[in-house]
Amino acid sequence: MSHPSHFAAVLLFALFASTVFGITQRETPKRMFRYGAYCFALFVGSAIVLSWVMYLIAR
Amino acid sequence: MADPCSLSLVSCIRRLPCYIQKGMATASTRNSAGQNTSGGFVYLPLIAGWLVPGLGHFLLRKWIRGALLAISVIGMFAIGLALKGKIYTGAQDILEMLGMAGDLGNGLLFLAGRTFGWGAEHIQVTTGDYGTKFIVVAGLLNVIAAVDAHNLRTGRKPL
Repeated sequence: MSHPSHFAAVLLFALFASTVFGITQRETPKRMFRYGAYCFALFVGSAIVLSWVMYLIAR
Repeated sequence: MADPCSLSLVSCIRRLPCYIQKGMATASTRNSAGQNTSGGFVYLPLIAGWLVPGLGHFLLRKWIRGALLAISVIGMFAIGLALKGKIYTGAQDILEMLGMAGDLGNGLLFLAGRTFGWGAEHIQVTTGDYGTKFIVVAGLLNVIAAVDAHNLRTGRKPL
């Protein structure tokens, strides 16, 4: 069984978790979509920022 | 006699039951409006949503939400298995107990995984650890989704 790369795993994790957060934490479809997109951006953005921080610490 | 909730000198601790009562009254008023409540077992969407991801929303005729939740939870569980993640089978220490609690949130997926021996026995590759976390988080997200279905059923969240 093939498996995704690390970054693809991050994107999939962010996508699925954001979908559930958006649906469960907001009431109208428009606000669900906006909150889901916000969570997705925070998940992926924080992963990228933390990756760079760890890279710079390790140098 | 004056309403104890309206007295300005009453301490915060004495006011607390009044606020709680007012909050409960608001919730019961919303329920008595009868928009979201109907006959039947009130915990059915919660239990069904826990056992089968998305089923709680399907029972409430929330087809798109249910489908998205099912795809998300089952997708995360499947990716966890693809990454050679481990399904917890026992709880020897506190971390394993927490992992097992998360895995239990997957409902029948967890049971099927245990029955058919899905997942790795021991984590041997780097991605296996990620896979294990995917499976645990899938269970936790499924619990959130099931609770959301329960809130829709009871009227705490508007349909």
